Amino acid sequence: MTSEIRRKTPEELLRECQAEEVAGKKGHLKIFLGYASGVGKSFRMLDEARRRRERGQDVVVGAMQPRVPPEIEALLPNLEVIPLKRVDNGAAIDVETLIRRHPVVCFIDGLAYNNPPGLRNPTRWQDVQDLLNAGIKVIASINIQYVAELQKDVEAITGKHVTETVPVSFIKSADEIEIVDAPPEEPTERPAEEQTEAQDREQRLSRLRELALVLAADVVDHQLSEYLECHGLKQQFGANERILVCITPRANIQEMMDMGQIIAQRFHGELTVAYVNQPNISPVDQAALDARLAIASAAGVHIEILEGDDPADALLEFARSRGITQLFVGHSQRTGLSRLVGSPIGKLIRDSRGMDVRVFPQ
Amino acid sequence: MDELPRGKLKIFMGYAAGVGKTYKMLEEAHELQSSGVDIVVGYFEPHGRQDTIAKSEGLETIPRKTVDYRNSDFEEMDTDAILTRRPQVCVVDEFPHTNIPGSARNKRWEDVQALLDASIDVLTTMNIQHLESLNDQVWNISGVRVRETVPDWVVQQADEVVMVDLTPRALLHRLQRGVVYERAKAEQALQKFFRESTLVALRELALRQAAHEVEHRISNVTVQTRKHHKILVLVTADPKTAMAIRRAKRMGDFLGAECFAVTVQPSGDLSGLPQSDREAVDRHLNFARNLHAETRILEGEDVASAVVDFARRNQVTQIFVTRPRRWSSLPALSRDPVQKIIGLAKDMQIVIVSDREPAAR
Repeated sequence: MTSEIRRKTPEELLRECQAEEVAGKKGHLKIFLGYASGVGKSFRMLDEARRRRERGQDVVVGAMQPRVPPEIEALLPNLEVIPLKRVDNGAAIDVETLIRRHPVVCFIDGLAYNNPPGLRNPTRWQDVQDLLNAGIKVIASINIQYVAELQKDVEAITGKHVTETVPVSFIKSADEIEIVDAPPEEPTERPAEEQTEAQDREQRLSRLRELALVLAADVVDHQLSEYLECHGLKQQFGANERILVCITPRANIQEMMDMGQIIAQRFHGELTVAYVNQPNISPVDQAALDARLAIASAAGVHIEILEGDDPADALLEFARSRGITQLFVGHSQRTGLSRLVGSPIGKLIRDSRGMDVRVFPQ
Repeated sequence: MDELPRGKLKIFMGYAAGVGKTYKMLEEAHELQSSGVDIVVGYFEPHGRQDTIAKSEGLETIPRKTVDYRNSDFEEMDTDAILTRRPQVCVVDEFPHTNIPGSARNKRWEDVQALLDASIDVLTTMNIQHLESLNDQVWNISGVRVRETVPDWVVQQADEVVMVDLTPRALLHRLQRGVVYERAKAEQALQKFFRESTLVALRELALRQAAHEVEHRISNVTVQTRKHHKILVLVTADPKTAMAIRRAKRMGDFLGAECFAVTVQPSGDLSGLPQSDREAVDRHLNFARNLHAETRILEGEDVASAVVDFARRNQVTQIFVTRPRRWSSLPALSRDPVQKIIGLAKDMQIVIVSDREPAAR
């Protein structure tokens, strides 16, 4: 999942900042993210609508869930609702009316809907995009199960395939994201066969909950990089573990990759492989290097090729620009201790402030 | 009495003051009370926040105990009174709080352990920056060295950890509106934890930790790695040892690996060390024990070979060390144990733990 939600390079972010400045102010998007129906997203969101209304803001509700629990029902009389537009074979949010009405904030409960054919957009999230482009602030809710890029994970957990999804890029474009977290209800004492079923259900919900927390963290991470970039600040600290595996022709790639993948998975972190181009590399070493890169590439890990006279400097400069927290390097078994001096490891260890250095046997 | 099941612990985790942890906890307390649960408030910190204070009304509160310290009165949670009252559930605000000297227990989380041992369920609140293993990262992010910490194993033992989320922007609005702190304190806060970039980073830490806590509670996740990894951290008098221990233990927790904290002394105990070093090593070993790492004092003249021998005998796969002060250009002559360990332990991974200092701004 991290591969789809990979952080952008500083250059990409800078371009985005500049593009946004040029485009001028578009509507602000806030998303409430939950991991299952019933965790209270809709209530939290519409309660915000109530509070804003009480503070005198011009708010409307542009979409509601088909079935509404009583605590939400109680909020509705004090809110202006613009009903869905009914067409022959379904309904969609009434974009035209909403744009004409032009409230300060529009609430959309449930982002993941496909529109009936023949309307201006095939999906609801694109309708929301139109509202944002019209300068309306939108506050919307979504359940993790409907994020397009997570379908494989979600299906593995729930066994269900959903057809109505929202791309993660739209969720990442949100100015604010808030997670609505609550542990799944504990299975109470039941007959044995129901008990197992209840526990399975709890476990499924826990996995979805974990997915939602990680997605929220990834979105927040994206916002942090963007914030630092747009304010001309360097990424000097990492809230996320980012591992850089430094490859040489003799690196024990398998062990480094195995460890890197386990740590990245357990910490929900990121893994990158880098090597520094050597001008006078022997054909034997080149072949060894290629074999190692093939392994990294087969594992689907991003590979960065660096240039520089001093390999240690090149690696460190790259690592600092990407907020790396752990450097993986190998040291040669054959040549032992005496060769450590001339190798870049000593320098990496000396100059790698803010990063742990993990030395692998070769 | 000894047959009573241990109480259940639920932690409302946030990333800053004012995100709504206490409010959320009290809301749940009301729900429990209205469903017939016998619930009391053991400790509640109002911070002068009107909405939270309103939420605390209608719940039975156990009066605080006054503790005299250096001729001043301090108020602490009255754990004995709660134990006597024996409710089903007790609400305890500010889990990482340190009690005033002279209290029965040093830490509020230890008071909570006493309640759990007496089969009382506890709802409590804490912020991510108080988690022990993140202390250096929090320092790096915020420039604040948090003193009141909770060991990770205490949080891991909780039955539930819930993330109480609020966007930093909404939090900053609340702060500016004076909802979180009174004006003067709010301005002070804005200089420290409440910079937007700091809040965003702390929030990310909290979300990732919450995800880890969920994963940790899904059974059997760590079983496959438990057998494969074993961690050793080298304890010396170097003040950076605390960082190495935190980092090693955190790695161990995430990999499901056992963690040893080991020091090497020629006499097999600490008696041969100068007093300041002895105190430092002793403090570090205690710190490791408090985090539930197993500690050993090995006998040996040569630190590196004693550590590597021990590591081999115990199937250690990773050795964590602090960064050497200088890296010798003639390693054969180097007396630095780290450099020698790297040379000797060719069958293990060696992790040189970085210094994590506050980021310059």
